[in-house]
Amino acid sequence: MNKPIHRITRAMLAATLFVSAGAIHAEERFITVASTTSTENSGLFDTLLPQFQEASGIEVRVVAVGTGKAIKMAESGDADVLFVHHKPSEEKFVADGFGVERFDVMYNDFIIVGPGADPAGVRGAGVNEALQKIAENGSVFASRGDDSGTHKKERSLWSAAGVEPGGEWYRETGSGMGATLNVASGVGGYALTDRATWLKFANKGDMAIVVEGDPVLFNQYGVILVNPAKHAHVKVDDGQAFVDWLVSDAGQQAIDAYRLEGQQAFFANAGG
Amino acid sequence: MSQFGDAAGTAVGLVLEADPTLVEIVLLSLRVSLSAVVIAACIGMPLGAWLTVSRFPGRRLVISVLNSLMGMPPVVLGLMVYLLLSRAGPLGEYGLLFTPTAMIVAQTLLVLPIIAALTRQTLSDLHREYDEQFRSFRIGPFAGTLILIREGRYSLATALLAGFGRASAEVGAVMIVGGNINHVTRVMTTTIAMETSKGDFSLALGLGIVLLAIVLVVNLLVSMLQWREKLA
Amino acid sequence: MKSDGIQFAPGQAPRSATPAKADAAHIAPADRADAILPLELVDVGYRAGDAELLRDINLIFDGRAPSIILGPNGAGKTLLLRICHGLLVPTTGQLRWRDPQLAMRPDSQAMVFQKPVMLRRSVAANIRFALRVSGVDREQHAARVARALEAAGLTPLAERRANHLSGGEQQRLALARCLAVQPRILFLDEPTAHLDPAATRQVEALIALIRDAGTRIVMVTHDIGQARRLAGDIIFMHRGRIIESGDATSFFERPSTAEAAAYLAGELLW
Repeated sequence: MNKPIHRITRAMLAATLFVSAGAIHAEERFITVASTTSTENSGLFDTLLPQFQEASGIEVRVVAVGTGKAIKMAESGDADVLFVHHKPSEEKFVADGFGVERFDVMYNDFIIVGPGADPAGVRGAGVNEALQKIAENGSVFASRGDDSGTHKKERSLWSAAGVEPGGEWYRETGSGMGATLNVASGVGGYALTDRATWLKFANKGDMAIVVEGDPVLFNQYGVILVNPAKHAHVKVDDGQAFVDWLVSDAGQQAIDAYRLEGQQAFFANAGG
Repeated sequence: MSQFGDAAGTAVGLVLEADPTLVEIVLLSLRVSLSAVVIAACIGMPLGAWLTVSRFPGRRLVISVLNSLMGMPPVVLGLMVYLLLSRAGPLGEYGLLFTPTAMIVAQTLLVLPIIAALTRQTLSDLHREYDEQFRSFRIGPFAGTLILIREGRYSLATALLAGFGRASAEVGAVMIVGGNINHVTRVMTTTIAMETSKGDFSLALGLGIVLLAIVLVVNLLVSMLQWREKLA
Repeated sequence: MKSDGIQFAPGQAPRSATPAKADAAHIAPADRADAILPLELVDVGYRAGDAELLRDINLIFDGRAPSIILGPNGAGKTLLLRICHGLLVPTTGQLRWRDPQLAMRPDSQAMVFQKPVMLRRSVAANIRFALRVSGVDREQHAARVARALEAAGLTPLAERRANHLSGGEQQRLALARCLAVQPRILFLDEPTAHLDPAATRQVEALIALIRDAGTRIVMVTHDIGQARRLAGDIIFMHRGRIIESGDATSFFERPSTAEAAAYLAGELLW
C-alpha cells in the first residue's frame, strides 16, 4: 500500500538528478544578446550564430523582444550586446552612456503587405499615397503597437504621410511581427512588416506585397556592446568578439549569404 | 480547414519521429516543471502541515492569502520575478535572468501556494477527524502530523500533480523570465506562442499534442489516486 | 438539591469469575486500576463564553465498579468524560490522580468515542498502531493483536480496511484496541448510540470482558437498559451538575431526586 508514495519519491529523486544534470550543463561560455523578434523570426540567427560559435567558442543566447524592450533590457544590464534596428534610439542609448559604440551591420527593407484583392487600391503606390488611401478607405491596418523598431518606423511613416491613424480600422496588436501579420491575415487587412519576417511567415493565406522599394522603407540594423562602466558584469571580451565578428569580412559574408525562401533577406553594410 | 489538416499532419509526424528539436524542448519543459514541483513540495508541504497544527495570530489571514495566491496570474508572477532577477533588481548579481533556473524559480513560486494550500486543506480535514483520538492516544502534534501525512498520502499526491499540471501548462511566467532563448530556455508553451506568432503552426501543434498528452496523463493519475483513496 | 460535596465510594465491583488469562508479564488486574485511582474531581467547572456548562463537580472514582453517567441531552455528560480523560482542561477546580505521572502515560487511559475513529489501514494494523503509541513492547504485539481480534470476533476481518467496516464492527475494533492495550481506566462515550441491538449486545459483551480484565470503566449512555446491565454506580447529571450519584441498584429502585425519578420514568427533562 506504500507503493504509490515510493513511486512518487523515486520520481522526485529522478527529477532532482535531472535538475543537477542541467546545472552542470549550464557551465558554458556564453553571452546574452538583446534583439528583436523580427530578426529572430527571420531565421538569420539560426545560421549566423553557429558560425560565430564555431569560430570563437562562444555561445550566443538571444532574447528576442521588441526594440523598446530590448533597449530597456540592455539598460538594466540584462544583456551584453544590443542588436536592434532603430538608429535614433540606438544613438540615444550610446549617448546616455549605456552603450560603448554603435556599428552599422546590415539592412533589410520594410514592405507593406495586404490582401490580394487590395480593397484600398494601393498596389504599386508610394508609401505616403498608400497610407493615405488606406486611411481614407477605412481598410483594416494591423499595427504592432508595441514600441518596437517596426512600430516606431510605422509611426514615422504615418506622420510623414500626414495621417493620424486611429479608429475602428486601425488595430494595435501589442504583439510581435508574426502575431501582427496573423491578425492582418485573419481579418484581411494591411500591415507594415520587415521583408525577412514576411518571407519566413507561413500563414500568408491570400496576402501579398503591395508596396515595396520606396527609399523611406530602408531598415538599418546596428550592434552595440553594453557599457561595462554602467554594468560591471557585462562580458566585455566575449561581447566585443561578437560585435567584431559581425562587422568582420566573415560575418558580413555570412549575412549576405543567408537566403530565405531563395531570396537574400539582409544586406551587409558595415563600415559603409 | 486544410491549414489545420496540414499542420496536424506535420505535427503528428514530428511527434512520431521524435524530432530532435521537439524532444529537446519537451525535456527542458519537464525538467523545469518537475524541479519546480519538487522544490515547491519541499517547502509547501511542511508549510501546509505547519498551518494545520499551529495556532498564532494572523493564521486565518495567512491561509486566506495562500488561497488567493493559488489564482496568481503567471504573467504577474513572471514580471515580479523578472524585476527581482534583473541585473538592476535586488538579486541581479547572481545573473539568473534568462536561465532555466529563473524559470524554475518562477514556477516554484507559482505552484508553491497550490501545494501548500491543498496540503493544509487535506491535513486539516484529517486533523478534524483524528485530533481527539490522537490526543486520547497522547500523540503529540508533530508525531500526529506525520501520521496524518501518511493517512492523506493520496490526496497529497494529487496536490503535487495539480501543481505539476499548472506549472507545465503556463506560458506567461517562463516567457518573461526565461526569454524563450533557443536551446537554453525554450520550453513547450513559449515555443507554441512563438511559432504561432510566426504563423508556423505545425511545430506549435506538435508541442500542443505533447502538452495535451502530458496533462491527460496527469489527470489520469489524479483520478487513479482518487479511486485508490476511495478504496483505501 | 445542593450538589456540593457529593462524593461516593462505590461498593465492591461485580467481579466476573473469568479474569483474563493474562500472561505473566501482565500486571495483576486488581493492581492495574488501583495504581492510578482514586481520581478525585474537586469543584470542577467548565465555561465556554457566557455558558456555564459544568459546575460544582465533586467526585471520586475508585474501586472497580463500572460507573455509568446518565442524564438528558445537554447535561454535560460527555464534557465531564473529556475532562476526566484530559482532553479538556476545566476552567475551575482540579483533577487529582493518585499517581498523576502514571495516569498520564499513554497506556494508562483510553477512550472510545461515539463515532469510532479508524486509521485508513487494516483492522490488525489499527490494533498494532494503538499498541505502538501506547508503548507496549514490540514482541508482545502479535500475541495481543491475535487475542484482541479473537475476543472481538474480528479475526476473519483482520486484513480488511478498518475504515470500510460497518459501524458495529468499527466499534468492536475500537474496543479490541482497548482490550489489546489494557489501559488502567477506559472512558466510553455512548459507544452504542448508533448501533442496532445485535451490535449493541456484542459491544456490551466486550465492555464486560475489558472490565473483567481489570480495567476501570466509566461510561456515558442514554440507554437506561444498558445502564442497568452494566452499572456498578450511577452518576446522574442534569444541566451541568451532578444531581444524584451512588450505588446503581438503589438508584434504579429508589431514586432520591424528583429529576432522577422523572428521567427513569421516561419523562422529558430539560
